[in-house]
Amino acid sequence: MFKKHTLTNSPISSLQQQKQRAAFWFLAPMLFVLLCVAAWPLLRSIYFSFTDTSLTDLYGGEWVGFKNYLSWRTLSSGRTIYSGTLVDPAWWNAVWNTVKFAVVSVTLETIIGLMVALVLNAEFKGRGLVRAAILIPWAIPTIVSAKMWAWMFNDQFGIINDMLLTVGLIDHKIAWTANLDTAMLSVLIVDIWKTTPFMALLCLAGLQMIPRDMYESAKIDGIHPIKVFFQVTLPLVKPALMVAVIFRTLDALRMFDLVYVLTPNSTATKTMSIISRENLIEFDKFAYGSAQSTLLFAIIAVCVALYIWLGKLDLNGDQS
Amino acid sequence: MTNKTLRNNIAFYAVVVVIVLISVFPFYYAILTSFKTGTDLFKVNYFPSSFDFRNYIDILNNGKFIRSTLNSVFIASTTVVFALFLAVTASYALARVRFRGRGLLLMTILAVSMFPQIAVLAGLFELIRFIGIYNTPWAMILSYTIFTLPFTVWVLTTFMRDLPVEIEEAAIVDGATPWVIITQIFMPLLWPALVTTGLLAFIGAWNEFLFALTFTASETMRTVPVAIAMLSGSSQYETPWGLIMAASVLVTVPLVILVLIFQRKIVSGLTAGGVKG
Repeated sequence: MFKKHTLTNSPISSLQQQKQRAAFWFLAPMLFVLLCVAAWPLLRSIYFSFTDTSLTDLYGGEWVGFKNYLSWRTLSSGRTIYSGTLVDPAWWNAVWNTVKFAVVSVTLETIIGLMVALVLNAEFKGRGLVRAAILIPWAIPTIVSAKMWAWMFNDQFGIINDMLLTVGLIDHKIAWTANLDTAMLSVLIVDIWKTTPFMALLCLAGLQMIPRDMYESAKIDGIHPIKVFFQVTLPLVKPALMVAVIFRTLDALRMFDLVYVLTPNSTATKTMSIISRENLIEFDKFAYGSAQSTLLFAIIAVCVALYIWLGKLDLNGDQS
Repeated sequence: MTNKTLRNNIAFYAVVVVIVLISVFPFYYAILTSFKTGTDLFKVNYFPSSFDFRNYIDILNNGKFIRSTLNSVFIASTTVVFALFLAVTASYALARVRFRGRGLLLMTILAVSMFPQIAVLAGLFELIRFIGIYNTPWAMILSYTIFTLPFTVWVLTTFMRDLPVEIEEAAIVDGATPWVIITQIFMPLLWPALVTTGLLAFIGAWNEFLFALTFTASETMRTVPVAIAMLSGSSQYETPWGLIMAASVLVTVPLVILVLIFQRKIVSGLTAGGVKG
């Protein structure tokens, strides 16, 4: 990884050598810590998923191959019985919930975030104040926002029901978080409320890099603002926007805390993270839960690989 | 023409007001609720009606909540100091020294910060049990490093890359070693970046839930998010909403103030971490 020896003895290269040696020692502690807290636990989790380890006896597990993922046996009657995560309807329900949540929340957050950013990019009185205001949802801990919204969504005394009844949009009180039909909607609303500011600020940073005279000249040429948005603004913010989208998508795919607090035990919102923690810690199916967490890791790894491959993301930093 | 501009202006400000209202309202409503007790709680009010401090007195007299706050402060600050300490030297190497595999290494570090935490939960659980730090603050400090360290390294690297090369070259001509360059020359220039990165990492550690929920067993070891999630009333079916809102306001107000003070810096830190790929 590091260039160790160069044949020339010029002062420049010895300086380079000194720097590279120093670089190794500067990086070593950080890499060692990351190996301990990330790489090793990840490998152990994957290993556990191929054993029958239980929570109470972490070292008593034996290798069982793919049993936790998929296994089958044929009965004497000729019927084949499948078992394992890959044929578990609860798991596929969680996969579907997570994907639905990720796609809808990221799409809406991007669109609304871009709109808010466009508003903030205009010059008007009190812009600083507005920017401060939209940072508040982002600053509030997820658990706290989940509790705040749980109270607002309360079926009997919640303000949301009260507002909608007053306006006349609904004719009876709705149990937003408990109802299977509305649970996902409530989770989406809270997540969009909480995360759109982040998207808006990233979009705004991208927007502010576009030179103002571009808009001026478009205005002089009499081009319609909507056309300017789609032909000038959007192509220019797209790189910044795409990075924000991938970050948010990865974040949405591992979603845990909001669902855990806002809609506990609702099958309509159970995500992959929720179901695998349930199996790992609460249901004493440690190995089975490990298999599910490994699958989630695999799904996210495939997404990242696809993105890097398709987008040719430059992470080298040499060009910036 | 002027009529049209006026109409446009009004429409624009209406949009602005809606954005601000939606952003602020839930927090405003939480504050409103935190001042209500008894049957007042079950009347929907849009404006302050009562100022009863009993919820705040109750939550502050509740030793467990204070204990959780202290746990959170200790855990979050130790995690941040630890991460910054390791990240400063590492990001110097990543930003300023050319070596083969640097791009790959940076990418791996970024990948770790985007990790699904659940994927390491089983392995971390074993590790924490093995070291014997289960149900202590150290379990959280160790596990939070998984997201604070890559994040701080990544952001500090982008900051350090932007420092002028001339300063470093001048120092090298004077015979300064890389260690001297970092501690004597870069550190003073990096202070603003360190504050921003540290603050963002602190917020991340303060808000973390999954690890804190899994690696603690007793009430006295809980962090604030877990304590708030678990707050329950005298009976199983009664949720103490006033108390929960008072606790929520207490842990959120310092964060909101910090965020508002460091507004600009946070935005630049977020963009460095997110946009600059």
